[in-house]
Amino acid sequence: MSTVASTAPRRAWSFRQPSVIPGFGLTLGFTLTYFSLIILIPLIALAVRSAGLGPEGFWKAATDARVLGSLRVSFVTALIAAGVNVVFGTLIAWVLVRYRFPGRRIFDAIIDLPFALPTAVAGIALTAIYAPNGTVGSLFAPLGWRIAYTPAGIVIAMIFIGLPFVVRTIQPILEEVSHEVEEASATLGANRFQTIIHVIFPSLMPAILTGFALAFARAVGEYGSIIFIAGNIPFVSEIAPLLIYIRLQEFNYVGATVIATVMLLISFALLLAINLIQAWSRRRYGYGN
Amino acid sequence: MEVRVQNVRKEFDRFPALHDVSLDIRSGELIALLGPSGSGKTTLLRLIAGLETPTAGKVFFGDTDASEKTVQERNIGFVFQHYALFRHMTILENISFGLKVRPRSSRPPAGEIRRRAMELLDLVQLSGLEKRYPNQLSGGQRQRVALARALAIEPAVLLLDEPFGALDAQVRRELRKWLREIHDRTGHTTVFVTHDQEEALELSDRLCVMSQGKIEQVGTPDSVYDHPTSPFVFGFIGESSELPVTVENNELWVGGRAIGVPAGDAQPGEARLFFRPHDVELVEHDASLAGVVSTNRRVGGTRRVELEIGGAGHLVEVDLPFDHPAGEKTRLAFRPRRWKLFPAV
Ligand SMILES: Nc1ncnc2c1ncn2[C@@H]1O[C@H](COP(=O)(O)OP(=O)(O)OP(=O)(O)O)[C@@H](O)[C@H]1O
Ligand SMILES: [Mg+2]
Repeated sequence: MSTVASTAPRRAWSFRQPSVIPGFGLTLGFTLTYFSLIILIPLIALAVRSAGLGPEGFWKAATDARVLGSLRVSFVTALIAAGVNVVFGTLIAWVLVRYRFPGRRIFDAIIDLPFALPTAVAGIALTAIYAPNGTVGSLFAPLGWRIAYTPAGIVIAMIFIGLPFVVRTIQPILEEVSHEVEEASATLGANRFQTIIHVIFPSLMPAILTGFALAFARAVGEYGSIIFIAGNIPFVSEIAPLLIYIRLQEFNYVGATVIATVMLLISFALLLAINLIQAWSRRRYGYGN
Repeated sequence: MEVRVQNVRKEFDRFPALHDVSLDIRSGELIALLGPSGSGKTTLLRLIAGLETPTAGKVFFGDTDASEKTVQERNIGFVFQHYALFRHMTILENISFGLKVRPRSSRPPAGEIRRRAMELLDLVQLSGLEKRYPNQLSGGQRQRVALARALAIEPAVLLLDEPFGALDAQVRRELRKWLREIHDRTGHTTVFVTHDQEEALELSDRLCVMSQGKIEQVGTPDSVYDHPTSPFVFGFIGESSELPVTVENNELWVGGRAIGVPAGDAQPGEARLFFRPHDVELVEHDASLAGVVSTNRRVGGTRRVELEIGGAGHLVEVDLPFDHPAGEKTRLAFRPRRWKLFPAV
């Protein structure tokens, strides 16, 4: 008995990390409750509802050709859009941080507009511009390229709504990249290009991954702006959220929750993967401690 | 390589950080730039490196005008106060960076780069840590990596900006000795900035004292310490006491009393007398500086007392043997053994 008592204070693990800030129990309790009410319970309800079909019925509904087609359209376009946003978002963040030019503040403020604009307005505006008779669309029409009413249109809409996420995650990190590190690189003989590739870019990598994840998540979930520009042709330009909506209108609630659950699972897997890569790169690049 | 700084002036938005500075740095020497905060040391160092461009004047590397060369072409080893290591690279990658980014024509083969980096790692006594990342090292170790990285490119000149400024006193002393050893072994022309006079006196072949964007004095540590050419240098390097005096009849007077110090060739009138607190002798006779002890404290092996001289209440510091019986209000008479007279401002 006495040996047990003497080892009792050394527990194998504990929730409680010694910390100078009190209130760990309270904040954790609040966080979990809040998280459950707002996020977990609705998601579980979704899963339970779709599970009502049984494994076989679920599989059948999930692998329906039209469902698979819409999932492919959604995820492929979202990945392409997030990839494009990462490239140009990084460039825009670079220009905003590194150069001083007239109108920079206004330009900086405009970046956030896609956050604020009702998505339907964005969709209608983009459709008007990229339609074959629109300002930009008419330039491409003679080449035989159609943008609106094709998956290309979906990508454009997704780029539009996802851009601020990338710019706003990279901008603050870029501002903090120490000038001295760049100078060190220059004194060691590296030219501008080598400095960017070998010194600056790697230190932005975690932020770029975060930006990619956010832009991707936003694009997958987007509905309002895309349905105007997509054309919504099944198997070609019909996105999964739209198909969910169609199922609901057919009063096929279970069919709708099945698609939603599959979307959720794929998104979760992708975001988890991105998060893991990011955690690894942060550790590797010496952040977070 | 010899470096000549010629009449260089540097303004930041019209604020002059350096006024007409000229300095000859000899090949192979270790020279310290010493001065109070804001005196322009970093600015001068960055001008030599090419990280800033002078508003006027020129910098020569040997006989070539360095202003025609970019930072990359100057072949400078620069060590920053806060290390500026590449945090996403291992120690080995950090050290090899300068060689790896060379154009193919002058880049050594990969095996050779690795061999040289390992050799440098050995030189800075960090063998075995090559796979670590910078955030897994202590501050002193990081700074040694930074030095190895700068040495890897075989720099024409090595520039260090307060390399030990962020480290604690003991590590500083160790690294100081070690830097001197490395310098003696590699023979690089080295300019190093510090505001720690002890560091500068101990480490450098020559000392360049700066104040308010100007060079006050350049010379060996001994000559600067023993023969300061301005009140600023006298006050900045080493301990000093200052007293306003009057020059008359080739003698110095304080409060109407001759103090037994000859005036040499000083002009009659007001002047400032400087001496070192430890360079005084206690005397009995009249012609001396006399004062009343106002504070009294033990500093290591000596006793430092503050004396109030004459009626005007000027305070000077004097060192006594630690077992001297002087207490508060004791009256003491002394005379500086060595001193320096500067005109009054
Ligand atoms: N980029 C800059 N823009 C404007 N003023 C500057 C800039 N860099 C330096 N200065 C000014 O030039 C003067 C000299 O600065 P410098 O950094 O050379 O001082 P220092 O001797 O290195 O000081 P410390 O010991 O504090 O590092 C300072 O008054 C500083 O405010
Ligand atoms: Mg400085």
